Amino acid sequence: MEKQIVSSNQFEIMIERLAHQLIENHSDFSETILVGLQPRGVEFNSRILERLIEITKNKNIVSGSLDITFFRDDFGRRDTPIEAQELDMNVSVEGKKVVLIDDVLFTGRSIRAAMDALMSFGRPKQVELMVLIDRRLKRHLPIQPNYVGKTVDSIFSERVVVKWKSENEEVKDEIILLKSEE
Amino acid sequence: MSELSVNHLLGIKNLQREDIELIFKTADNFKRIINQPIKKVPTLRDITIANLFFENSTRTKLSFELAEKRLSADVINFSSSSSSVKKGETLVDTVNNILAMKVDMVVIRHPNPGAAEFLSRNVKATIVNAGDGAHEHPTQALLDSFSIRERLSQVKGKKVVIIGDVLHSRVALSNIHCLQKLGAEVAVCGPSTLIPKFINSLGVHHYSDLKKALNWCDVANVLRIQLERQDVNYFPSLREYSMVYGVNKEILDSLEKEIVVMHPGPINRGVELSSDLADSDFAIILDQVENGVAIRMAVMYLLAGKLKK
Repeated sequence: MEKQIVSSNQFEIMIERLAHQLIENHSDFSETILVGLQPRGVEFNSRILERLIEITKNKNIVSGSLDITFFRDDFGRRDTPIEAQELDMNVSVEGKKVVLIDDVLFTGRSIRAAMDALMSFGRPKQVELMVLIDRRLKRHLPIQPNYVGKTVDSIFSERVVVKWKSENEEVKDEIILLKSEE
Repeated sequence: MSELSVNHLLGIKNLQREDIELIFKTADNFKRIINQPIKKVPTLRDITIANLFFENSTRTKLSFELAEKRLSADVINFSSSSSSVKKGETLVDTVNNILAMKVDMVVIRHPNPGAAEFLSRNVKATIVNAGDGAHEHPTQALLDSFSIRERLSQVKGKKVVIIGDVLHSRVALSNIHCLQKLGAEVAVCGPSTLIPKFINSLGVHHYSDLKKALNWCDVANVLRIQLERQDVNYFPSLREYSMVYGVNKEILDSLEKEIVVMHPGPINRGVELSSDLADSDFAIILDQVENGVAIRMAVMYLLAGKLKK
Protein backbone atom coordinates (compact mmCIF):
# COMPACT_ATOMS: atom_id res chain seq x y z
CA MET A 1 0.00 0.00 0.00
CA GLU A 2 1.29 3.45 -0.92
CA LYS A 3 0.63 6.73 0.79
CA GLN A 4 2.00 10.08 -0.33
CA ILE A 5 3.47 11.98 2.59
CA VAL A 6 5.07 14.89 0.73
CA SER A 7 3.66 16.26 -2.51
CA SER A 8 5.61 17.96 -5.25
CA ASN A 9 4.63 21.43 -4.00
CA GLN A 10 5.49 20.69 -0.40
CA PHE A 11 8.78 19.24 -1.61
CA GLU A 12 9.74 22.51 -3.25
CA ILE A 13 8.89 24.47 -0.08
CA MET A 14 10.92 22.05 2.03
CA ILE A 15 14.06 22.46 -0.10
CA GLU A 16 13.56 26.23 0.02
CA ARG A 17 13.25 26.24 3.81
CA LEU A 18 16.26 23.95 4.35
CA ALA A 19 18.39 26.14 2.08
CA HIS A 20 17.45 29.22 4.09
CA GLN A 21 18.19 27.46 7.37
CA LEU A 22 21.66 26.63 6.08
CA ILE A 23 22.27 30.24 5.02
CA GLU A 24 21.15 31.40 8.47
CA ASN A 25 23.80 29.24 10.19
CA HIS A 26 26.62 29.34 7.65
CA SER A 27 26.38 32.90 6.23
CA ASP A 28 28.91 33.01 3.35
CA PHE A 29 29.81 29.26 3.41
CA SER A 30 33.54 30.06 3.32
CA GLU A 31 34.24 27.60 6.15
CA THR A 32 31.57 25.08 5.15
CA ILE A 33 31.60 21.87 3.12
CA LEU A 34 28.37 20.16 2.09
CA VAL A 35 28.78 16.39 1.89
CA GLY A 36 26.13 14.15 0.29
CA LEU A 37 26.11 10.48 1.27
CA GLN A 38 26.11 7.90 -1.49
CA PRO A 39 23.85 6.92 -3.08
CA ARG A 40 20.66 8.81 -2.13
CA GLY A 41 22.06 11.81 -0.34
CA VAL A 42 24.03 12.96 -3.38
CA GLU A 43 20.91 13.93 -5.31
CA PHE A 44 19.57 15.80 -2.29
CA ASN A 45 22.91 17.56 -1.87
CA SER A 46 23.00 18.73 -5.48
CA ARG A 47 19.42 20.03 -5.22
CA ILE A 48 20.22 21.99 -2.06
CA LEU A 49 23.42 23.30 -3.61
CA GLU A 50 21.61 24.43 -6.74
CA ARG A 51 19.07 26.33 -4.64
CA LEU A 52 21.77 27.85 -2.40
CA ILE A 53 23.63 29.20 -5.42
CA GLU A 54 20.41 30.70 -6.80
CA ILE A 55 19.65 32.44 -3.52
CA THR A 56 23.12 33.61 -2.48
CA LYS A 57 24.73 34.01 -5.95
CA ASN A 58 27.78 32.42 -4.30
CA LYS A 59 29.40 30.01 -6.73
CA ASN A 60 32.21 29.03 -4.35
CA ILE A 61 30.24 26.76 -2.05
CA VAL A 62 32.29 23.57 -1.63
CA SER A 63 30.59 20.20 -1.82
CA GLY A 64 31.57 16.55 -2.07
CA SER A 65 30.11 13.10 -1.90
CA LEU A 66 31.06 10.36 0.49
CA ASP A 67 30.79 6.60 0.13
CA ILE A 68 30.40 4.75 3.41
CA THR A 69 30.40 1.14 2.17
CA PHE A 70 33.70 0.19 3.80
CA PHE A 71 32.77 1.86 7.09
CA ARG A 72 29.44 0.11 7.62
CA ASP A 73 28.95 -2.08 10.67
CA ASP A 74 27.03 -4.83 8.89
CA PHE A 75 29.86 -6.21 6.72
CA GLY A 76 29.38 -9.94 6.20
CA ARG A 77 26.03 -9.85 7.98
CA ARG A 78 23.91 -9.15 4.92
CA ASP A 79 22.73 -11.69 2.36
CA THR A 80 24.02 -9.67 -0.57
CA PRO A 81 26.98 -7.36 -0.19
CA ILE A 82 26.61 -3.68 -0.95
CA GLU A 83 28.52 -2.38 -3.93
CA ALA A 84 30.76 0.55 -3.24
CA GLN A 85 29.93 3.83 -4.99
CA GLU A 86 31.95 6.65 -6.41
CA LEU A 87 33.53 8.91 -3.85
CA ASP A 88 34.25 12.54 -4.60
CA MET A 89 36.10 14.24 -1.78
CA ASN A 90 38.83 16.40 -3.24
CA VAL A 91 38.80 18.67 -0.23
CA SER A 92 40.32 18.42 3.19
CA VAL A 93 37.77 18.81 5.94
CA GLU A 94 40.47 19.88 8.42
CA GLY A 95 39.06 22.71 10.55
CA LYS A 96 35.91 23.07 8.39
CA LYS A 97 32.23 22.99 9.25
CA VAL A 98 30.76 19.94 7.53
CA VAL A 99 27.09 19.37 6.80
CA LEU A 100 26.33 15.69 6.14
CA ILE A 101 23.36 15.36 3.83
CA ASP A 102 21.22 12.23 3.46
CA ASP A 103 17.68 11.53 2.33
CA VAL A 104 16.22 9.39 5.11
CA LEU A 105 17.46 9.10 8.69
CA PHE A 106 16.30 5.82 10.18
CA THR A 107 18.45 3.67 12.49
CA GLY A 108 21.31 6.18 12.47
CA ARG A 109 23.85 3.50 11.53
CA SER A 110 24.77 5.02 8.17
CA ILE A 111 25.36 8.39 9.80
CA ARG A 112 27.66 6.72 12.35
CA ALA A 113 29.57 5.15 9.42
CA ALA A 114 29.59 8.47 7.57
CA MET A 115 31.17 10.24 10.54
CA ASP A 116 33.94 7.62 10.61
CA ALA A 117 34.46 7.91 6.87
CA LEU A 118 34.55 11.69 7.14
CA MET A 119 37.33 11.60 9.74
CA SER A 120 39.56 9.91 7.12
CA PHE A 121 39.71 13.29 5.40
CA GLY A 122 40.86 15.27 8.43
CA ARG A 123 39.46 16.68 11.65
CA PRO A 124 36.43 18.87 10.98
CA LYS A 125 35.66 21.73 13.35
CA GLN A 126 32.01 20.79 13.49
CA VAL A 127 29.71 18.23 11.87
CA GLU A 128 26.01 18.82 11.28
CA LEU A 129 23.38 16.57 9.80
CA MET A 130 20.63 17.47 7.36
CA VAL A 131 17.98 14.94 6.32
CA LEU A 132 14.89 15.16 4.20
CA ILE A 133 12.94 12.66 6.29
CA ASP A 134 13.50 11.81 9.93
CA ARG A 135 11.88 8.50 10.94
CA ARG A 136 12.30 9.36 14.56
CA LEU A 137 10.94 6.26 16.31
CA LYS A 138 13.47 3.74 15.05
CA ARG A 139 16.88 5.04 16.07
CA HIS A 140 19.47 2.41 17.09
CA LEU A 141 22.12 4.99 17.95
CA PRO A 142 22.01 8.36 19.70
CA ILE A 143 22.04 10.51 16.56
CA GLN A 144 19.88 13.58 15.93
CA PRO A 145 19.64 15.73 12.81
CA ASN A 146 20.20 19.50 12.85
CA TYR A 147 18.00 20.22 9.83
CA VAL A 148 14.90 18.14 9.03
CA GLY A 149 12.59 18.31 6.02
CA LYS A 150 9.80 16.35 7.62
CA THR A 151 9.47 14.08 10.62
CA VAL A 152 7.62 10.83 10.07
CA ASP A 153 6.45 8.31 12.64
CA SER A 154 6.50 4.90 11.02
CA ILE A 155 6.86 1.28 12.00
CA PHE A 156 9.77 -0.96 11.00
CA SER A 157 7.98 -2.86 8.24
CA GLU A 158 7.14 0.37 6.40
CA ARG A 159 9.49 1.99 3.92
CA VAL A 160 9.94 5.62 3.00
CA VAL A 161 10.77 6.22 -0.66
CA VAL A 162 12.00 9.57 -1.95
CA LYS A 163 11.45 10.15 -5.66
CA TRP A 164 13.51 12.82 -7.43
CA LYS A 165 12.26 14.47 -10.59
CA SER A 166 15.78 14.62 -12.06
CA GLU A 167 16.04 10.82 -12.15
CA ASN A 168 13.38 10.45 -14.79
CA GLU A 169 11.34 12.90 -16.86
CA GLU A 170 8.03 11.34 -15.86
CA VAL A 171 8.74 11.31 -12.15
CA LYS A 172 7.70 14.20 -9.95
CA ASP A 173 9.40 15.07 -6.68
CA GLU A 174 7.49 13.28 -3.96
CA ILE A 175 7.92 11.18 -0.87
CA ILE A 176 5.80 8.12 -0.27
CA LEU A 177 5.29 5.68 2.55
CA LEU A 178 5.13 2.02 1.53
CA LYS A 179 3.33 -0.40 3.81
CA SER A 180 4.04 -4.07 3.46
CA GLU A 181 0.96 -6.04 2.44
CA GLU A 182 0.38 -8.51 5.20
CA MET B 1 26.93 -8.71 -9.96
CA SER B 2 28.00 -7.78 -6.48
CA GLU B 3 29.47 -11.06 -5.30
CA LEU B 4 32.29 -13.31 -6.52
CA SER B 5 31.34 -16.68 -7.98
CA VAL B 6 34.15 -18.38 -6.05
CA ASN B 7 34.87 -18.81 -2.33
CA HIS B 8 38.66 -18.94 -2.71
CA LEU B 9 41.08 -17.23 -5.07
CA LEU B 10 43.08 -20.20 -6.35
CA GLY B 11 43.76 -19.12 -9.92
CA ILE B 12 42.46 -16.90 -12.68
CA LYS B 13 41.34 -20.02 -14.54
CA ASN B 14 38.44 -20.52 -12.08
CA LEU B 15 37.21 -16.93 -12.38
CA GLN B 16 34.50 -15.55 -14.67
CA ARG B 17 35.02 -12.33 -16.58
CA GLU B 18 32.38 -10.73 -14.32
CA ASP B 19 34.43 -11.69 -11.25
CA ILE B 20 37.46 -9.90 -12.64
CA GLU B 21 35.40 -6.82 -13.47
CA LEU B 22 33.93 -6.78 -9.97
CA ILE B 23 37.42 -7.00 -8.46
CA PHE B 24 38.55 -4.07 -10.65
CA LYS B 25 35.54 -1.95 -9.72
CA THR B 26 36.14 -2.61 -6.03
CA ALA B 27 39.87 -1.92 -6.44
CA ASP B 28 39.05 1.50 -7.96
CA ASN B 29 37.44 2.41 -4.64
CA PHE B 30 40.34 1.06 -2.62
CA LYS B 31 42.85 2.91 -4.76
CA ARG B 32 41.07 6.13 -3.83
CA ILE B 33 41.16 5.13 -0.17
CA ILE B 34 44.90 4.41 -0.12
CA ASN B 35 45.49 7.89 -1.53
CA GLN B 36 43.50 9.59 1.23
CA PRO B 37 45.13 11.29 4.24
CA ILE B 38 43.98 8.34 6.39
CA LYS B 39 44.58 5.25 4.30
CA LYS B 40 42.59 2.80 6.33
CA VAL B 41 39.03 1.50 6.58
CA PRO B 42 37.58 -0.56 9.45
CA THR B 43 35.82 -3.11 7.20
CA LEU B 44 37.63 -6.34 8.15
CA ARG B 45 38.20 -5.56 11.81
CA ASP B 46 36.75 -8.89 12.96
CA ILE B 47 38.65 -11.00 10.41
CA THR B 48 41.99 -12.69 11.06
CA ILE B 49 44.28 -13.45 8.15
CA ALA B 50 47.38 -15.67 8.16
CA ASN B 51 50.11 -15.09 5.59
CA LEU B 52 51.87 -18.40 4.96
CA PHE B 53 54.97 -18.00 2.87
CA PHE B 54 56.77 -21.25 2.13
CA GLU B 55 58.92 -19.45 -0.42
CA ASN B 56 60.86 -16.20 -0.36
CA SER B 57 58.99 -13.06 -1.28
CA THR B 58 59.40 -9.40 -0.50
CA ARG B 59 56.94 -7.38 -2.48
CA THR B 60 54.01 -9.82 -2.57
CA LYS B 61 54.27 -10.42 1.16
CA LEU B 62 54.54 -6.71 1.96
CA SER B 63 51.72 -5.91 -0.43
CA PHE B 64 49.38 -8.50 1.10
CA GLU B 65 50.29 -7.46 4.61
CA LEU B 66 49.72 -3.80 3.87
CA ALA B 67 46.42 -4.55 2.14
CA GLU B 68 45.28 -6.54 5.19
CA LYS B 69 46.29 -3.76 7.56
CA ARG B 70 44.59 -1.09 5.45
CA LEU B 71 41.40 -3.14 5.81
CA SER B 72 41.94 -3.37 9.60
CA ALA B 73 42.21 -7.17 9.62
CA ASP B 74 44.32 -8.89 12.26
CA VAL B 75 47.41 -10.34 10.60
CA ILE B 76 49.78 -13.15 11.51
CA ASN B 77 52.83 -13.99 9.46
CA PHE B 78 54.56 -17.26 8.97
CA SER B 79 57.59 -18.14 6.94
CA SER B 80 58.81 -21.67 6.48
CA SER B 81 62.46 -20.91 7.18
CA SER B 82 61.72 -20.25 10.86
CA SER B 83 59.03 -22.86 11.53
CA SER B 84 58.25 -26.46 12.38
CA VAL B 85 58.07 -27.29 8.68
CA LYS B 86 61.80 -27.79 9.15
CA LYS B 87 60.94 -30.42 11.78
CA GLY B 88 58.86 -32.43 9.32
CA GLU B 89 55.30 -31.18 9.83
CA THR B 90 52.93 -31.64 6.87
CA LEU B 91 51.24 -28.71 5.11
CA VAL B 92 47.72 -29.65 6.27
CA ASP B 93 48.92 -30.06 9.86
CA THR B 94 50.70 -26.72 9.81
CA VAL B 95 47.65 -24.94 8.44
CA ASN B 96 45.18 -26.70 10.75
CA ASN B 97 47.28 -25.74 13.75
CA ILE B 98 47.15 -22.14 12.62
CA LEU B 99 43.40 -22.36 11.99
CA ALA B 100 42.87 -23.76 15.50
CA MET B 101 43.85 -20.28 16.63
CA LYS B 102 40.69 -19.04 14.87
CA VAL B 103 41.98 -17.71 11.58
CA ASP B 104 39.42 -16.88 8.85
CA MET B 105 41.57 -16.52 5.77
CA VAL B 106 44.89 -17.94 4.61
CA VAL B 107 47.18 -16.32 2.05
CA ILE B 108 49.60 -18.96 0.84
CA ARG B 109 52.70 -19.01 -1.30
CA HIS B 110 54.20 -22.45 -1.87
CA PRO B 111 56.81 -23.92 -4.24
CA ASN B 112 54.50 -26.79 -5.27
CA PRO B 113 51.90 -26.20 -8.01
CA GLY B 114 48.40 -26.90 -6.70
CA ALA B 115 49.25 -26.28 -3.04
CA ALA B 116 46.54 -23.63 -2.70
CA GLU B 117 43.89 -25.82 -4.29
CA PHE B 118 44.94 -28.77 -2.12
CA LEU B 119 44.51 -26.63 0.99
CA SER B 120 41.13 -25.32 -0.10
CA ARG B 121 39.88 -28.91 -0.24
CA ASN B 122 41.40 -29.97 3.06
CA VAL B 123 41.07 -27.11 5.50
CA LYS B 124 38.20 -24.90 6.60
CA ALA B 125 39.26 -21.38 5.69
CA THR B 126 39.17 -19.03 2.73
CA ILE B 127 42.35 -19.53 0.68
CA VAL B 128 44.10 -16.87 -1.39
CA ASN B 129 46.82 -18.14 -3.68
CA ALA B 130 49.87 -15.88 -3.58
CA GLY B 131 51.81 -18.05 -6.02
CA ASP B 132 52.05 -21.84 -6.24
CA GLY B 133 55.18 -23.06 -8.02
CA ALA B 134 55.08 -22.41 -11.75
CA HIS B 135 51.27 -22.69 -11.77
CA GLU B 136 49.36 -19.47 -10.97
CA HIS B 137 49.84 -16.12 -9.29
CA PRO B 138 46.33 -14.67 -9.60
CA THR B 139 46.71 -11.37 -7.74
CA GLN B 140 49.75 -10.46 -9.87
CA ALA B 141 47.77 -11.09 -13.08
CA LEU B 142 44.86 -9.04 -11.73
CA LEU B 143 47.06 -6.09 -10.87
CA ASP B 144 48.80 -6.32 -14.26
CA SER B 145 45.50 -6.16 -16.14
CA PHE B 146 44.26 -3.47 -13.76
CA SER B 147 47.36 -1.40 -14.55
CA ILE B 148 46.81 -1.86 -18.30
CA ARG B 149 43.19 -0.79 -17.87
CA GLU B 150 44.34 2.26 -15.95
CA ARG B 151 46.97 3.28 -18.51
CA LEU B 152 45.15 2.40 -21.75
CA SER B 153 41.57 2.87 -20.43
CA GLN B 154 40.60 -0.71 -21.26
CA VAL B 155 42.05 -4.19 -21.68
CA LYS B 156 39.67 -5.41 -24.36
CA GLY B 157 41.24 -5.45 -27.82
CA LYS B 158 44.75 -4.66 -26.56
CA LYS B 159 47.74 -6.72 -27.65
CA VAL B 160 50.03 -7.91 -24.90
CA VAL B 161 53.29 -9.77 -25.32
CA ILE B 162 54.87 -11.62 -22.41
CA ILE B 163 58.63 -11.73 -22.86
CA GLY B 164 61.16 -14.09 -21.32
CA ASP B 165 61.05 -17.06 -19.00
CA VAL B 166 57.47 -18.18 -19.63
CA LEU B 167 58.31 -21.80 -18.79
CA HIS B 168 59.07 -21.13 -15.13
CA SER B 169 56.58 -18.33 -14.71
CA ARG B 170 53.32 -18.51 -12.78
CA VAL B 171 52.85 -14.84 -13.64
CA ALA B 172 52.73 -15.72 -17.34
CA LEU B 173 50.04 -18.40 -17.04
CA SER B 174 47.80 -16.29 -14.80
CA ASN B 175 48.31 -13.30 -17.08
CA ILE B 176 47.37 -15.27 -20.18
CA HIS B 177 44.10 -16.44 -18.56
CA CYS B 178 43.29 -13.01 -17.19
CA LEU B 179 44.01 -11.06 -20.38
CA GLN B 180 42.12 -13.51 -22.55
CA LYS B 181 39.07 -13.44 -20.27
CA LEU B 182 39.08 -9.66 -20.57
CA GLY B 183 39.26 -9.83 -24.37
CA ALA B 184 42.92 -8.98 -24.99
CA GLU B 185 45.19 -10.77 -27.46
CA VAL B 186 48.23 -12.43 -25.94
CA ALA B 187 51.54 -13.56 -27.41
CA VAL B 188 54.77 -14.75 -25.85
CA CYS B 189 58.34 -14.06 -26.88
CA GLY B 190 61.56 -15.75 -25.86
CA PRO B 191 63.96 -18.56 -26.74
CA SER B 192 62.10 -21.82 -27.52
CA THR B 193 63.73 -23.50 -24.54
CA LEU B 194 61.92 -21.10 -22.21
CA ILE B 195 58.50 -21.38 -23.89
CA PRO B 196 56.27 -24.32 -22.85
CA LYS B 197 55.32 -26.77 -25.61
CA PHE B 198 51.57 -26.48 -24.99
CA ILE B 199 51.52 -22.70 -25.39
CA ASN B 200 49.67 -22.80 -28.74
CA SER B 201 46.81 -24.73 -27.17
CA LEU B 202 46.09 -21.63 -25.07
CA GLY B 203 45.61 -19.61 -28.25
CA VAL B 204 48.88 -17.78 -27.73
CA HIS B 205 51.30 -17.04 -30.56
CA HIS B 206 55.03 -17.49 -30.02
CA TYR B 207 57.41 -14.88 -31.43
CA SER B 208 61.08 -15.75 -31.42
CA ASP B 209 62.01 -12.33 -32.82
CA LEU B 210 61.87 -9.64 -30.13
CA LYS B 211 61.52 -6.71 -32.52
CA LYS B 212 58.58 -8.31 -34.36
CA ALA B 213 56.86 -9.00 -31.08
CA LEU B 214 57.34 -5.43 -29.88
CA ASN B 215 56.06 -4.02 -33.16
CA TRP B 216 52.91 -6.12 -32.80
CA CYS B 217 52.04 -5.28 -29.21
CA ASP B 218 50.56 -2.40 -27.20
CA VAL B 219 51.99 -3.68 -23.94
CA ALA B 220 55.16 -5.65 -23.20
CA ASN B 221 55.21 -7.56 -19.92
CA VAL B 222 58.85 -8.47 -19.32
CA LEU B 223 59.48 -11.40 -17.00
CA ARG B 224 62.47 -12.04 -14.80
CA ILE B 225 64.84 -14.84 -15.70
CA GLN B 226 64.22 -17.19 -12.79
CA LEU B 227 67.68 -18.63 -12.32
CA GLU B 228 66.64 -20.27 -9.05
CA ARG B 229 64.11 -22.47 -10.84
CA GLN B 230 66.38 -23.45 -13.72
CA ASP B 231 68.00 -26.79 -13.05
CA VAL B 232 69.67 -27.07 -16.47
CA ASN B 233 70.97 -24.42 -18.85
CA TYR B 234 68.23 -23.10 -21.10
CA PHE B 235 70.42 -20.55 -22.88
CA PRO B 236 74.18 -20.17 -23.33
CA SER B 237 74.73 -17.17 -21.03
CA LEU B 238 72.93 -14.27 -19.41
CA ARG B 239 74.95 -11.91 -21.61
CA GLU B 240 73.75 -13.61 -24.75
CA TYR B 241 70.16 -13.69 -23.48
CA SER B 242 70.22 -10.01 -22.74
CA MET B 243 71.68 -9.23 -26.18
CA VAL B 244 68.89 -11.11 -27.98
CA TYR B 245 65.89 -10.72 -25.66
CA GLY B 246 66.83 -7.84 -23.37
CA VAL B 247 64.40 -4.94 -23.78
CA ASN B 248 66.08 -1.52 -23.85
CA LYS B 249 65.35 2.07 -24.76
CA GLU B 250 67.13 1.79 -28.10
CA ILE B 251 64.75 -0.93 -29.37
CA LEU B 252 61.71 0.95 -28.10
CA ASP B 253 62.82 4.15 -29.85
CA SER B 254 63.19 2.23 -33.14
CA LEU B 255 59.52 1.09 -33.06
CA GLU B 256 56.82 2.82 -35.07
CA LYS B 257 54.65 3.30 -31.99
CA GLU B 258 54.81 3.84 -28.28
CA ILE B 259 54.27 0.83 -26.06
CA VAL B 260 53.83 0.31 -22.33
CA VAL B 261 56.45 -1.73 -20.48
CA MET B 262 55.59 -3.78 -17.41
CA HIS B 263 57.60 -6.01 -15.10
CA PRO B 264 56.31 -8.04 -12.15
CA GLY B 265 59.59 -7.50 -10.26
CA PRO B 266 62.15 -8.03 -8.98
CA ILE B 267 64.07 -6.68 -11.98
CA ASN B 268 67.45 -8.01 -13.00
CA ARG B 269 68.62 -4.65 -14.29
CA GLY B 270 70.64 -5.03 -17.46
CA VAL B 271 69.45 -8.61 -18.10
CA GLU B 272 65.82 -8.68 -19.24
CA LEU B 273 65.28 -4.92 -18.92
CA SER B 274 67.79 -2.09 -19.26
CA SER B 275 68.16 0.35 -16.40
CA ASP B 276 67.29 3.51 -18.36
CA LEU B 277 64.09 1.90 -19.65
CA ALA B 278 63.01 0.67 -16.21
CA ASP B 279 63.22 4.26 -14.96
CA SER B 280 61.58 5.85 -18.03
CA ASP B 281 57.99 6.93 -18.67
CA PHE B 282 57.37 3.84 -20.81
CA ALA B 283 57.53 1.69 -17.70
CA ILE B 284 54.59 1.45 -15.28
CA ILE B 285 56.41 -0.83 -12.86
CA LEU B 286 55.81 1.31 -9.78
CA ASP B 287 52.15 1.84 -10.72
CA GLN B 288 51.85 -1.94 -10.73
CA VAL B 289 53.18 -2.06 -7.17
CA GLU B 290 50.74 0.62 -6.01
CA ASN B 291 47.82 -1.09 -7.74
CA GLY B 292 48.87 -4.37 -6.13
CA VAL B 293 47.76 -3.13 -2.72
CA ALA B 294 44.38 -1.94 -4.06
CA ILE B 295 43.78 -5.21 -5.94
CA ARG B 296 44.66 -7.34 -2.90
CA MET B 297 42.38 -5.22 -0.72
CA ALA B 298 39.57 -5.79 -3.22
CA VAL B 299 40.16 -9.55 -3.36
CA MET B 300 40.23 -9.97 0.40
CA TYR B 301 37.26 -7.65 0.90
CA LEU B 302 35.14 -9.57 -1.60
CA LEU B 303 36.18 -13.00 -0.28
CA ALA B 304 35.65 -11.97 3.35
CA GLY B 305 32.16 -10.82 2.38
CA LYS B 306 31.37 -14.44 1.60
CA LEU B 307 32.33 -15.65 5.08
CA LYS B 308 28.84 -15.75 6.50
CA LYS B 309 28.63 -14.79 10.12
